[in-house]
Amino acid sequence: MSTGKRLDVVGKPRRRVDSRGKVLGQLRFADDLSLPRMLHCKLLRSPHPHARIESIDVSRAEKHPGVHLVLTGKDFPIPFGIMPVAQDEHALAPERVRFVGDPVAAVIAKDEQTAGEALGLIEVKYQPLPTIATPEEALANAETRIHDYGEQGNIHRNQAYEFGDVEEALAGSDHVFEDTFFYEGNTHLPMEQQASLAAVEGDGKLTLSSSTQNPHYLHRQLARVLQMPASQIRVIATPNGGGFGGKCDPANHELVVSKAALILGRPVKICLTREEVFYQHRGRHPVLMRFRTGVTKDGRLTGMHLQTLLDGGGYGSHGPASTFYTGVLTPVTYELPRFKFEACRVFTNKPPCGPKRGHGTPQPRFGQEVQLDKIAEKLGLDPAEMRLGMVTKADALTANWLKIGSTGLAECIRKVVEMSGWKEKHRKLPEGRGVGLACSAYMCGAGVSIYWNKMPHSGVQLLLDRSGQVSVLCGATEIGQGSDDVLAAIVAETLGIGTGDVRVHTGDTGLTPIDLGSYSSRVTVMMGNAALQAAGRVREQIVAAAAESLEILPGRVLLSQGRVFSADDSSKTMSFAEAVTLAESKFGTLGAVGSYAPPRQPGRYKGSGVGPSPAYSFSACVVETEVDPATGWITVPKIWVAHDIGRAINPVHARGQVIGGVYMGLGEALMEEQVFRRLPAKLSGALVHRIPSMLEYKSLTSLDMPEVEVALVEEPDPNCPFGAKEAGQGPLLPVMPAVANAIFDAVGVRIDELPITPDKVLAALQLKAEGKPPRIGPGSFPNVPYAKAMFVLPPWEGGDGNESTPQRAIAGAAGT
Amino acid sequence: MMRLPWFDYRAPKSIEEAAKILAWEGTGAMLLAGGTDLLPNMKRRHQMPGTLVGLRNIEDLKRVSNGNGLRLGAGLTLTELLAVRGLRDRYRGLAQAAAQVATPLLRNMGTLGGNLCLDTRCTYYNQNYEWRQAINFCMKKDGDVCWVATASRRCLAVSSTDTAPALIALGARVKLVSAAGAREVALDDLYNNDGIDYLKRKPDEILTEILLPKPAGWKSTYWKLRRRGSFDFPLLGVGAAVKTAGDGTVEEARLVLGAVSSHPLVIKTDSLLGKKLTDDAIAEIGETAESRAKPMDNTDMDLRWRKHVVADFVGYALRELRGDDMGATRLRIAKQLV
Amino acid sequence: MSGNGKIERRRNVQLRLNLNGEEAEVSFAPYKTLLEVLREDLGLTGTKHGCELGECGACTVLVDGTPVLSCLQLAVECEGRSVETIEGLARGNALHPLQAAFADHGGSQCGYCTPGVIMTAKALLGEEPNPSRDRIREATSGNLCRCTGYNQIVESIEVAAADLRTPGK
Repeated sequence: MSTGKRLDVVGKPRRRVDSRGKVLGQLRFADDLSLPRMLHCKLLRSPHPHARIESIDVSRAEKHPGVHLVLTGKDFPIPFGIMPVAQDEHALAPERVRFVGDPVAAVIAKDEQTAGEALGLIEVKYQPLPTIATPEEALANAETRIHDYGEQGNIHRNQAYEFGDVEEALAGSDHVFEDTFFYEGNTHLPMEQQASLAAVEGDGKLTLSSSTQNPHYLHRQLARVLQMPASQIRVIATPNGGGFGGKCDPANHELVVSKAALILGRPVKICLTREEVFYQHRGRHPVLMRFRTGVTKDGRLTGMHLQTLLDGGGYGSHGPASTFYTGVLTPVTYELPRFKFEACRVFTNKPPCGPKRGHGTPQPRFGQEVQLDKIAEKLGLDPAEMRLGMVTKADALTANWLKIGSTGLAECIRKVVEMSGWKEKHRKLPEGRGVGLACSAYMCGAGVSIYWNKMPHSGVQLLLDRSGQVSVLCGATEIGQGSDDVLAAIVAETLGIGTGDVRVHTGDTGLTPIDLGSYSSRVTVMMGNAALQAAGRVREQIVAAAAESLEILPGRVLLSQGRVFSADDSSKTMSFAEAVTLAESKFGTLGAVGSYAPPRQPGRYKGSGVGPSPAYSFSACVVETEVDPATGWITVPKIWVAHDIGRAINPVHARGQVIGGVYMGLGEALMEEQVFRRLPAKLSGALVHRIPSMLEYKSLTSLDMPEVEVALVEEPDPNCPFGAKEAGQGPLLPVMPAVANAIFDAVGVRIDELPITPDKVLAALQLKAEGKPPRIGPGSFPNVPYAKAMFVLPPWEGGDGNESTPQRAIAGAAGT
Repeated sequence: MMRLPWFDYRAPKSIEEAAKILAWEGTGAMLLAGGTDLLPNMKRRHQMPGTLVGLRNIEDLKRVSNGNGLRLGAGLTLTELLAVRGLRDRYRGLAQAAAQVATPLLRNMGTLGGNLCLDTRCTYYNQNYEWRQAINFCMKKDGDVCWVATASRRCLAVSSTDTAPALIALGARVKLVSAAGAREVALDDLYNNDGIDYLKRKPDEILTEILLPKPAGWKSTYWKLRRRGSFDFPLLGVGAAVKTAGDGTVEEARLVLGAVSSHPLVIKTDSLLGKKLTDDAIAEIGETAESRAKPMDNTDMDLRWRKHVVADFVGYALRELRGDDMGATRLRIAKQLV
Repeated sequence: MSGNGKIERRRNVQLRLNLNGEEAEVSFAPYKTLLEVLREDLGLTGTKHGCELGECGACTVLVDGTPVLSCLQLAVECEGRSVETIEGLARGNALHPLQAAFADHGGSQCGYCTPGVIMTAKALLGEEPNPSRDRIREATSGNLCRCTGYNQIVESIEVAAADLRTPGK
């Protein structure tokens, strides 16, 4: 069905199904909800980066007029966490705080003002503990453990894999390039501050409406922390006013208001302040990286050894996955015969890092793509041609056993080269102006769930009735990315109706089949495939009933534009509603379910579950920059991007996703950073977020954002609904390295760390003027106690996807 | 939701009435003009006045009059100021400064008087109460250390007004009215180089008018450094004005730096007098300005770089006054034409 | 963090204003900004908030026709004034051309900054029916958006401007 047929809905520019409510101001985000007798909650947060809680006295707060309830850590004995291997958080800290902003108590009062006043009446006695501010300090102070679990000391996760003998590959290379890069942390900064409303319904069950990307995982954690059967809890994901990964983790405030509503029997709402959103964080990990990359003299990769060090902050969050992601997707873009990665995540006394748009991959992609630019420069090759010569091929396997499905990367590169006038510009623009190119790839959904199970990743239910109404239900969440519209479009296309004829219900664990959530760019593919199956099943019933009535073969029935008709005789036709009535008469109440789980992947080694995806999207980007050599001031007049989306379900909004990704990438390249301030140690142990505000956390305004020219490359992927791949994350990834490469083309300096600011450019220009290497970036890489690498043979060296013994070990053993 | 503390609200209809309320209420009262500076500070519990005296209903504060120069009511919003006839031609530096304050929406609210009285800023100070608690506060509010330089005995918060450097360069004076009477001072004399006691306005005084001399023979400009094209306070402001003879020889000149000190920093311009604005003359005064600027690590961007670019920005300003076409540079820096 | 206001002061105040073309009266705690009164006391939650400090533009409304930040506008200072919010834009069931353009041309993704930016754009087009692209960027530079990268916001405003200039609209 997904090929051949002329498409009525898919691929056509369309008003999104949810946009009318948005432009009218009618759509209700979490903080727009209110209920009779509703109370308001505020959280008291730790002013210490690392301390033991000695005592909490809430008696004055409890007596404050208008206060209904005060909760502390003792009310939440059960820990939680998004990942089964990192259940290290408490809704309110019971005995230890691990960053400034860690919640320790909650007040529920008649209004926010009163709750805020009462917070000031809570007396907490803290015993400060030594502060760990950086990964280097975390490694050097193993005895000051932030958590008493993890690999050792303050190392949370250590992951190491070697796919083929990399040292041998490097030794046999014409050149080996060694580079160190640093990618500063940054945060999502959704326009909507997280909010939640909990209420006990008339049936005695708990309902939590919350700005969450992942209602299903939140549902599980609520049941765990509240020690209630999950069947007694309903989580409604309200439309998210932007997520970008920041609303994936179950959050303290969600658990607190739920508990409070259960105790008080009244609705309880909370909305975080902007400062609190910075503390909730779960954003981009700061990552230090070292690449050792072997190439042939004509610029083909021979092997790569990648080491990463992640600053995880105070809790686990998605950390185990984030750590993997700093390695596993590296081989997806270019043919890489051998690959080794060592990754280490440490705890520090800062808000926890987690998944932000691109989750763990923008950092190594930045390093890899800048290093490729250096390689091309050194070898005298055109960076675009060099990349074109080694893009991975469709249906190939990578060294780490990921299966590439469709790929339009080569076409993406050709497109941006053409659109940007690359050949006339690169190394040809006057001093101070330059262009840079970079590429990337991203998953279309994580191949395995966050917790182990054999159930579908996405379920869709369709309900139809004699009115012609089509209701579609799915647990997927609309976070602004347009998933409700994708869902409506796939159902509408299959049933030959319009998206306006479909009623969409999503993100409600009490009503909709489970979908794992809006993360890892999984929704279009997984929800879409489930929807395709459900709609296909209903379509069969409609076709059977219509064929009988029209007296034609079912195979000759077409559904299009609200009509059901014969492919051969245009007089044999009925409306869609008439056909539904016939089907309901013939089969009884109409409905169908569909579900989807990703195909099994060829990798068999332990840890091979992170990285596989039903499909990969690909992007290429060219950035133009102007750099003032006197000040280092950077201007970006234009960006060109090509994204292999497989097929655009709605091209207007696909383009919007691509530009939005480019926007966020440019912000990360030039200014966004989640950074901290430490006071002089003699005077204070404080470690505070430097700039927890919309004003000082710099995000691009309309005057800072250039025009972006977008090419959507449509290379339909057979694993994807109508061939459609993701667009929400991939297009961000090539932007940062393209900016760095453009700055090199403009003024000949290398800025090997993000963000790239005028002061760094100017410092590098001064080095250049002094005849020193014109580079700003990390000077050294610390001595990280990485784990022993698991050895896996690449597919082309006779491996079977399992762990094996390296030849060098066998040879070594034979020699003794 | 960040919320204001409780307060009493008064809305006088005349300057006299407002002055009487201030005299009566003493330091417990604060003036509220556009609210774009005071209200965020109140939400963060920097200031918690028992009484707010709203100036919105005082028509006299919106008055504009031409005569021997230009008199501007302090209650004009920055948007209203930009609409004053002839402002862009005759007092270009002021127009360029006003047009780059904050955002269009904030300029629709914030007033000229408010921008001149803008509280000094510091990334250790412009934070929520809870954040400041985490550093045990600072000397500007509730604490006793200046975290910017812990040995400093005075507060190093930064003068962040855009319009003051531009207006001082234009030779502006301001009128202050209290129940006891009125006085006029040179705008330069309104400021102290102290992050806490940054204004010489007495608590019972209202800044009512800004008085500009006739622009005869003067040309002025304002250049602003900030990270983004909108929102951000200045990291450096350069207000400059020169009066030249027919052949381009400088007869008088004023150069004022914003955001590199706790007050607008007036730079001596003697080296320009009697000369033409040659590249060398511009470079020389640029170096002087750079050496006098003392940016600290309490605003955005790297402080050494901010100091380094002072000479460049002074150069932009003086080259523009010399008649160079600085449009392309302006567009790169300001990201809009101002 | 608590206010130092005395308990006896803590009484609601009364306000009359013209709200989206209709006379409205509301009683509220006097510390509230227009944003809080609109959302909490008048039930108009279409106006959003992202910082409450004047740093994002999400809460933009028109007061006497001028776009301002409702988070920094004392409600007590709105007595007798005219306030227009996103809820007042559509005519009956028909979207305002700005609303239609934002819905059709990608001006709205998550929708959270949308009411604020549409109100800003409405004031702009009221004064300048045919603004240049640069002018649109400048006028909307006080409204942060984290989804769109602004390109499609600017395009949506251009489409709406053309639509509004068409006679008969």
